[in-house]
Order: sequence, then structure tokens, then C-alpha cells
Amino acid sequence: MDLIVCLKRVPDSAARIQVAADGKSIDPAGVEHVISPYDEMALEAALQLREKHGGTVTAVSLGPPEATKELRQALAMGADKAVLLKSSGGARGPQGTAVLLADAIRPRPHDVVLFGRQSIDADNAAVGVMVASLLGIPIVTLATKLEFAGGAMTAHREAEGATEVVEVRLPAAFSAQRGLAEPRYPSIKGIMTAKKKPIEESEAAPPSAAVSVESLELPPVRKGGRIVGKGKDAVPELVRLLRAEAKVL
Amino acid sequence: MGAVCAFLETAKGKLKKSAAEVAGEGARLARALGGPLDVVLAGKGVTPLAAEAAKLGADRVLVADADALASFTIDGHVRALAKAIAASSPKLVLLAASVVGKDLAPAVAAATSSPLLADVVGLGVKDGRIVARKPICAGKAIANVSAQAPLAVVSLRPNVFAPQPPDASRSAPVEIVDAGVRPDEIRTVIRQVLAKASEKLDLTEADVIVSGGRGLKGPENFHLVEKLAEAAGGVVGASRAVVDAGWRPHEEQVGQTGKTVSPKLYIAVGISGAIQHLAGMRTSRCIVAINIDPEAPIFKVADYGIVGDLFEVVPALTEELRKLRET
Repeated sequence: MDLIVCLKRVPDSAARIQVAADGKSIDPAGVEHVISPYDEMALEAALQLREKHGGTVTAVSLGPPEATKELRQALAMGADKAVLLKSSGGARGPQGTAVLLADAIRPRPHDVVLFGRQSIDADNAAVGVMVASLLGIPIVTLATKLEFAGGAMTAHREAEGATEVVEVRLPAAFSAQRGLAEPRYPSIKGIMTAKKKPIEESEAAPPSAAVSVESLELPPVRKGGRIVGKGKDAVPELVRLLRAEAKVL
Repeated sequence: MGAVCAFLETAKGKLKKSAAEVAGEGARLARALGGPLDVVLAGKGVTPLAAEAAKLGADRVLVADADALASFTIDGHVRALAKAIAASSPKLVLLAASVVGKDLAPAVAAATSSPLLADVVGLGVKDGRIVARKPICAGKAIANVSAQAPLAVVSLRPNVFAPQPPDASRSAPVEIVDAGVRPDEIRTVIRQVLAKASEKLDLTEADVIVSGGRGLKGPENFHLVEKLAEAAGGVVGASRAVVDAGWRPHEEQVGQTGKTVSPKLYIAVGISGAIQHLAGMRTSRCIVAINIDPEAPIFKVADYGIVGDLFEVVPALTEELRKLRET
């Protein structure tokens, strides 16, 4: 089974976000980057499928040259190959990203293509669906369980208030929802081996003008901090405020 | 030729709550673009809903009613929506950024080679371009984005846009769209639906959320949060800490690596307020925090805070809200 996992380098969820001098992007100063958490779950699921059914796991990332760090991490966790589509930045929108990823995946063997449900920076939840569409393969999003038997994958999918059990023949794509797989820590041996594995690099085409970021701003600071009172005696006043002032009850 | 083509979601023979939001924004944008609003219904047995959809400001209702659309699948619904788009030739396709819309919007954008602006919280037209406000990093920042294309696909964050009040006197022509898809062409086959014990509303669509954190001391105390949620007419959420600890299921997690929510009322119980949690709920209209630690960061974003022992405050608040409901 040949598995491809798309990974994105993103600011860590604990990072405080500031706007860069260009007014359009995130200031990278002091920001720790990681593999987007859902992508990491997708990678873990790919590794587990390979361990059960054999095959290869290839990690593909579209990102800046620094994303070699995240690809090294993927190799250390156990991916066989890594591919970096080097981007010099600029907004592409999910469509622009998906076209580049699909072009990189198409010539490679791919029984299973995995994504995180969404990146935790762009929050589009779109690239996986778009890549699948461009490759002409079906996708099951929000997968919390994957089981392969008899040429078909059975996925549990977190739909609205229920779990769908979905069967699909390969090749197919899946996006990982929390619960699919808990990412492993790389072993020392894994880290050592990863240093020697090559990362295949190519220059990504510059973005088109279909989508552009005009500006980036921080959300208005909430004027919080009003303490209604202490302990349960404050409850009647809280309820009064919620009804009379906030008008939410 | 249409200006806006808005996909309205249905469930169990009714228009979903998001439909009025999508139609309302669709009507507004159609006026800004100087054209009509087409709304689209797709499913099995959705034709009777056309009259209700028309009341939400539609100039025309496009209906794809087919066996292959009985359950939502990308394969089925993208074909139906693409057919509707072909019949409408809009400048803008609007959907809700719901579980369904998050599947359908990118699939339709890819099928029509159009740019997608996903999960936006503000939308407009400027110099002929579609412009939108799009939160990134779970709302830690907001990008002002624009799309330059003959057709743009936009998904709207639920609970953000004003719902269109139905106009009982309004009617609109109904046009049947042949989805042109057979059940055996759906490549993702839903074998089974494992329903949850309760028919819970998804967190992202709830008006009221009561979330619990580590302050509850253990999963056995979450009944306090459940009862408060019930009394407030809301659903239960959870912090990452308690989901990681296995106290609560992951679908209840609010935060940057969970769900981003904007309910009318968000009550944080025993949650200190880590950056990644605040990112996921800061756009709630009203935030209430109950925490024993007066220095907890949650109080900095909360509109109303009670400093105190949640094991006393939460039952008292539950009781008060129950009384309110009974009167």
C-alpha cells in the first residue's frame, strides 16, 4: 500500500500571533513551528497502515525552505520519503495549494492520500477535498478510524452528531479528525536514520492572483474582566445581567 | 444569469438553521452585485421545502431531488450543485461552513476551478471583487482577503451572519435540476450510521455552550456541566486538558485544535483559559467564566465572571436558570 501524507508547517497552537511588517502575514519572530496537529495524526495513521499492510509512506509539504524541519520530523517518526515543494511565500488560497500538491502526487503511486482535517493556521479544511477532486479520487473527511480489507477501506467519519461508517475502494483520500491516531514520538534510532534520508526538493510555482490577502489584523481585544461577585451569592446578579444587559437569556 | 447561488442545507425534512443565514447573506450580496438570488435545495424528498426556501428572499429555487442524494456525499451533492450553478451562472456561490458545507464548498470550487474563501465572518463587494474577513489560527488573527475570478465560492461561518426572517407573502419560481447522478455512482458508500445516544446539536451550531475544564477535578463531576447546559438550553463543551485526559470525547473540544465556536452565550466552568482555548471561543457574543482562581486568564476575556468554587456556583446557577425556564 503506497501512502502519501500531506503535511503543513504551522505556528504552534500555543503561539501568540503578531502581524508582520508587511501588514499581510504572521510575524515569524519568536513563533515555534510544528507539523499541523491533524496532519500529524494523518501521518500516524499512515504509519500504522503501512505497519499492518506493508508499502511506503511519503510525506509531502508545500512550504518555506524551513519546512525541512517538519519533514525531518516526519522521517524520524517513520516516513520513508519526504518531498518539499519550496514556496517563497504569498497567498495562494486552498485552490492554489491543492493544484501544486495534486501535481506532485499524481505521478507517484498513491493508494491512500491522507490529510489533516484542516491546518490550524489557515483553518480552511479545504485542501484535502480539493486535491482528491483534482486527482479524481474519492475522499472521506473527518475520519476517526480506518480499516483496510479486501481492497476497500472502511472509515468511521464524524458527521453531525453521528458516526458514519463509510466504505470506499482505493485509491482514495482521507482527512484525519482527532481520535484517528495518537502521533508517536520519534525514537532515537528514528531521529538518527532521518538525518540520512534525503528530502526531495523542488521550487513551487509562484501564486496566482485569484486570491489575495489585503491585510492581516488582530481581533479586537475583548473588554472582559468584569467580576460580578464571589461564590454562589453572585448568581442572581449574574442571571439578571445576562437577561437585562447581555440579553442572551 | 444569477448573481448569487446559495446552497441551503436540509435535514429531516426541514431547512437547517444555517439556511436562513446563508439566504440572508445571499440576498444582501445579490443586491450588491445587482442580480437575483437563486437558492439550491439538494436531497431526497426536498421538493416540498421549495416554498419555505422562497420565503427566505429567493428569486428562484433550484431543486435537485434524487435517490442518490438521500444522504450527503461529496460525489452526489457536488454533481447536483454543479448542475445548479450551470443553470444559475452566478458570480458567487454561498454555503454554510458546516460539516456538510466544509465538504461541499472545496469540492465545488475544485470542480469549477474557482477560488474558495472558506469559513468567513464578513463578506462584501469592493470594486467588483469579492472581499471577506477570514479568521486564521482559530481567530488569533483576521485576514482581509479578496477573490478575483468570474466565480468565487464562499462558505459562511455558522452563527455569525444575521438570519433572514421568513417573508410569508413571498413566493418564487421553482426549477427542477436533474442532478444526473445514480446511487451506484457514489464512490463513498455509507454502510451504517452509528447514532449518538442523544441527538446532540453540533457545537459549532449551538446558541449556548457550557464548557468544563480541569477545575471539575474528574469526569464524574461533569454531570454539573451537563445539567447547567440543559438548564441553559445548550450543549456541553470541554477544554483540551480534559479531552486529552480522556474525561470527555474529542468532539466536545473547544479551541484551536478542537472546534471554533461563536455561540450567543459561552459559559466556561473551571477553565483557566489557555491561548489555544481562548482562540476557539473568543468570538462568542457573551462569555461567562466561573473559576476559583481570580488570576485565571479566562476572566480577561469574560464579560461576566464569578470567582468561586464551581461546585457551589454551578448548581446554584443551574437552579436559577431552571426557575427562569419554568416561569
